[in-house]
Amino acid sequence: MTSVTDTASSHEHDEHHHGPAKGLMRWVLTTNHKDIGSMYLWFSFIMFLTGGAMAMIIRAELFQPGLQIVEPAFFNQMTTMHGLIMVFGAVMPAFVGLANWMIPMMIGAPDMAMPRMNNWSFWILPFAAVMLVSTLFMEGGGPNFGWTFYAPLSTDYAPPSTTFFIFAIHMLGVSSIMGAINIIATILNLRAPGMTMMKMPLFVWTWLITAYLLIAVMPVLAGAVTMMLMDIHFGTSFFNAGGGGDPVLFQHIFWFFGHPEVYIMILPSFGIVSAIIPAFARKHLFGYTSMVYATASIAFLSFIVWAHHMFTVGIPLIGELFFMYATMLIAVPTGVKVFNWVTTMFRGSMTFETPMLFSTAFVVLFTIGGFSGLMLSIAPADFQYHDTYFVVAHFHYVLVPGAIFAIFAACYYWLPKWTGHMYDETLAKVHFWMSFIGMNLTFFPMHFVGLAGMPRRIPDYALQFANFNEISSIGGFLFGTTQLLFLFIVIKCIRGGEKAEAKPWEGAEGLEWSVPSPAPYHTFTTPPDVK
Amino acid sequence: MSEQDREEKPEAIERSTRRTVIRSILVACGMFAFGFAMVPLYNVFCQVTGLNGKTDPDPYMYKAAEAKVDTSRDIKVQFVATKNAGMSWDFSPSTPQVTVHPGEPGLLNFVAKNPTDKRMVGQAIPSVTPFEATNFLHKVECFCFTTQTLEPGEEKVMPLRIIVDQELPKHIKKLTLSYTLFDVTHMN
Repeated sequence: MTSVTDTASSHEHDEHHHGPAKGLMRWVLTTNHKDIGSMYLWFSFIMFLTGGAMAMIIRAELFQPGLQIVEPAFFNQMTTMHGLIMVFGAVMPAFVGLANWMIPMMIGAPDMAMPRMNNWSFWILPFAAVMLVSTLFMEGGGPNFGWTFYAPLSTDYAPPSTTFFIFAIHMLGVSSIMGAINIIATILNLRAPGMTMMKMPLFVWTWLITAYLLIAVMPVLAGAVTMMLMDIHFGTSFFNAGGGGDPVLFQHIFWFFGHPEVYIMILPSFGIVSAIIPAFARKHLFGYTSMVYATASIAFLSFIVWAHHMFTVGIPLIGELFFMYATMLIAVPTGVKVFNWVTTMFRGSMTFETPMLFSTAFVVLFTIGGFSGLMLSIAPADFQYHDTYFVVAHFHYVLVPGAIFAIFAACYYWLPKWTGHMYDETLAKVHFWMSFIGMNLTFFPMHFVGLAGMPRRIPDYALQFANFNEISSIGGFLFGTTQLLFLFIVIKCIRGGEKAEAKPWEGAEGLEWSVPSPAPYHTFTTPPDVK
Repeated sequence: MSEQDREEKPEAIERSTRRTVIRSILVACGMFAFGFAMVPLYNVFCQVTGLNGKTDPDPYMYKAAEAKVDTSRDIKVQFVATKNAGMSWDFSPSTPQVTVHPGEPGLLNFVAKNPTDKRMVGQAIPSVTPFEATNFLHKVECFCFTTQTLEPGEEKVMPLRIIVDQELPKHIKKLTLSYTLFDVTHMN
């Protein structure tokens, strides 16, 4: 494979055409999209286990009423850090990792548009994460104000470590923005000849739209934390009513970022299941064009619904009505998507390998989460549901089977391409069923305790919620430990296993299956022809 | 796969990539600025619509000649005095409620006392409910226009003169004017 053929540019040869460099510096200096994608995915998994460990502490404390294991102050840090780490450390980097690995291969590009920036945007992350987690060991403890860090809780009443939290958010934001710009530049400029926009796989489409959401809202979040920083240290009063500011303003700015953010965490999932369901139903995706437009509509609507997180803060009737109806409108494009997935499955010759199991569970469970979201969108009813466990149940139903299950599905679907080996199907199915049962056991009872009035973010609760909380905790432990099995399956797959063909899935479509498995270090150095 | 050196990116691709990147960076910078622009935008929006109950921070210019008292209506104006967390002053209105006709000035006092042995500065922040009445409750004279400084143990009687606008929507019969008192000593 190697040398002799070319002489003219042999000085460049070594740099570009052998496999990866050896040793640790390969990972530090790499500009290869596959290396960086893998690092993103490993980073995200480490964060997933870290945030998961915090969830285990939360569930252990809530196993019984009363205070048993941790101090309330520490409990607050756990709920806060669990949310922050899962959102910024686990879900978002996992999607960026998948984008790095798959987008160049899906559109026939040799690499990302800006490989060095790609390296930089990854290597910021571990430092930001270490800084964020290190706040737990500082005097006064880590962030304890909830992942939404509402002012003045996060300014006047915050622990001194909040400054480190602010810089960690800044760094995570810079990393996301650079990653998003890279993805946009890659998709818009490096497509193989013939790969028109409307021929792109949906994963590429959903990521393009997600990247636009990222560059639109991550700077707003950076602005919000910068204002907090100035309120804390420089005597400004952005959010301090005593100095003429307004704490409600914080919530507006935060949710102007926060609502598009929740779609940033779900749109790439839509792309993943839109690749997997057709592959295992052995039919083309139903309604490709409508999928693209539905994704774009969801992205647009995400900018005009933010105040539905603030129904109880005291906004006027007309505002409640506007945000209520705008929110309900999102059900229309989302419904289009669910309809298309179900129709793709309809009369397909389906088989249920693990990626398909996770994708099917995604469709069903994400829809349940969507329905509880519709319930929450009803402004008068929201006064009852607000800040209860019903909300916790809702967003875990859209994020765990939504984002996390889709990431699992993507990993199993593309592992043969990444490693060149098939994963252990039996163990993977065990992983799926334990995750599925554990997840439902954890979060379904939360609907009931929430409707019965159990508030979120508390370390103790009234006795009547004891039984459901016990079930939730058992489910949580099951779900948590099962993820170690996932780690085992992935390592086993990397180290060996049945040899994977270039296209291990019969019905799979896309350019990534036209290269051998494992994918060579450099792919599509000559652009493929797309018909 | 790798027999051929990766071709130099055609210049056209490089140029369009650069253009995309520059545009994206501009969008990101623009959105960062927009985050800060939300602060004045929010304040202007709230002031025009009165949506968050924030009243005009400046004294109302009262023109006695123009004012026509609408004696057909009685409006109850109720007063609430709240201390923000950590504020140690005593703070209360002299009367919980006054009844006025629209256009007719109402006068009452708020009393603040600093029981500590330190010189302290306070700032009262007004808020009106219902929201739609915000822009129809005018303050001609108010202790909230400036900060108030109290010496240790000092008690201060602070007059408040209000006028309910004649244009107040008919269905509103009762207003609440609420003050929250903040300790702003460290800011001064």
